[in-house]
Amino acid sequence: MVAVDRTSAAERPRGTLDRVPPAYWVVGVLLLVLPAFVSPFILFQIMGWSFVLGLIALSLTFLGGYGGMVSLAQMTFAGLAGYLVAIFGDSAVDTISQGWPWWAVIPLALILTVLFATLVGWLAVRTEGIYTIVITLAIAAAFFYFTRQNYDIFNGFQGFNSVLPPHLFGVDWRGGVAFYYLSLFWAAAGYFLVLYLARAPFGLALQGVRDNPRRMAALGYNVTAHRVAAYALAGLIAGVGGILLTWQSSQISPGTIAIGPAIDILVIAVVGGLRHPIGAFIGALIYVLLKIFAVDVLVALGLSGERFQLLIGLGFLVIVFFSPDGILGLWDKLRASMRRDPLTGRDRSDLP
Amino acid sequence: MNAAPAARQAADFALELRDVSKRFGSLEALAGIEMRVGPGERRAVLGSNGAGKTTLFNCITGDFAPTTGAIRFFGEDVTAFPAQERIRRGLRRTYQISLLFAGLSVIDNVYIACRGVSRGRFSFRRVRRSDALMQTAEDLVRMVHLDDAMQTKVSDLSYGQQRQLEIAMALSGAPRFILFDEPAAGLSPTERADLVALLTGLPGHVGFIIIEHDMDVALRVADRVTMMHNGRIFKEGRPAEIEDDPEVQALYLGGGHA
Repeated sequence: MVAVDRTSAAERPRGTLDRVPPAYWVVGVLLLVLPAFVSPFILFQIMGWSFVLGLIALSLTFLGGYGGMVSLAQMTFAGLAGYLVAIFGDSAVDTISQGWPWWAVIPLALILTVLFATLVGWLAVRTEGIYTIVITLAIAAAFFYFTRQNYDIFNGFQGFNSVLPPHLFGVDWRGGVAFYYLSLFWAAAGYFLVLYLARAPFGLALQGVRDNPRRMAALGYNVTAHRVAAYALAGLIAGVGGILLTWQSSQISPGTIAIGPAIDILVIAVVGGLRHPIGAFIGALIYVLLKIFAVDVLVALGLSGERFQLLIGLGFLVIVFFSPDGILGLWDKLRASMRRDPLTGRDRSDLP
Repeated sequence: MNAAPAARQAADFALELRDVSKRFGSLEALAGIEMRVGPGERRAVLGSNGAGKTTLFNCITGDFAPTTGAIRFFGEDVTAFPAQERIRRGLRRTYQISLLFAGLSVIDNVYIACRGVSRGRFSFRRVRRSDALMQTAEDLVRMVHLDDAMQTKVSDLSYGQQRQLEIAMALSGAPRFILFDEPAAGLSPTERADLVALLTGLPGHVGFIIIEHDMDVALRVADRVTMMHNGRIFKEGRPAEIEDDPEVQALYLGGGHA
């Protein structure tokens, strides 16, 4: 019995370096050396934007994939963090912006965003499924209209421009290479945090809440508290993404947090695969590529460039119809069917 | 498994139900239930489908609140407590239909159960195999003979294995009282024998109530038997008395059973 036990322990994936799958090394090294080969445009506009949107979508993957709660307020949390950085820090709107130093502004913005996310979570976890989506959508819409109509704090529909990252260590963090590494760092941090938490008691319990809330209560867990805590953490991840997003576009306005962008985050997370943390980034890359290049392709085909939203919508439909687990789900299916013997239908990897 | 503190055992009854009733609209699922189960006592609850047995369990664990009445657990009035507070006081249950975490492995299911009644439910620190709680969970998995399926996803388990896993989860922490909801349903004769051995082998201070249709299992593990019919208790006694009772025989056991 002991011998059997030892083998099962050895097969178990662990956090140690030698257990990291080779694909991680390959992707990691590729991402680190990429700036040597591509233009700053690709680094800043395509990769940087994908990492940032992916990070915001990752907060939804965490809530939805691990906690079973689909929230449309993730872009709202991101936008709030961006707004707070503009309000407490520097922007071109110096009548509102306080001009506090970055080391006070960024923690303050994140703390307030987490508090707001906790409050939203506390409201939203009383509902299930479609009602959670509706409540969070209502919050997103309310925040959008509030920022658009409030001039004293949020500067109305104009919002804030010239919101720039601090020149820390003498680096211009909005430069192509610098922003690439900055966004890559935080995207990776968010990704590994979510992966790590999935194996911590908090994450395991969250998956339990997703699968069976009633049973979790019957095991001694406070289901509501667990869900609210998940919202708080997702708010933190989205908040970091929101600050980066504001720096990247150097502005924040109601347009950033409108209903459209809020739904885009859901589309990104679902297209990538809601059950895989990496799916958020794959979805974001696809979204960014479509957003930047679909216009050119459409115009070349003699169609109006504005039709790129249609492409995204059609792609979303196809994904949801054929693979509820997104692109990564498709990949899993494909791999499984390639392994299967076409005649017997048996798994080929079992054969000698 | 560590014994519950002696001071808390001082209560006269592990479980005391006073005038508990439950209505679903016009349906009276439970009516005026009076029940007292001593510490360490093993009680079987028998009755036909719809007699209110599972509803009784749901009221005791707090899955839903009774319409009237009071429930005391080791002398403490828990009627207004949410489910998790009752569980943390040493109450456990299994479910008739398996309510397991299908996407997680066997060991993770048991680990979640162990963690639910200990500190650190919100811990961000990754679980290691050397953790004391993980060791406890592995011991429980061995206790129900699921060693070979430790890392298997629950959705890949056989029905019988899922029932065994349910029991391992109910034994997590330091249970003082367990509610078993038809644990033998759908099991093979060998699995049933294992189950009876497991139930009779529980530490003496752990009492339980078992809902069971299989009279052989129920009468072999129970000290006392409660008969339910249409949401009411109509007979209570020792297994031998219940078996010999003509009314009970006519209703449930059929003529040939002895």
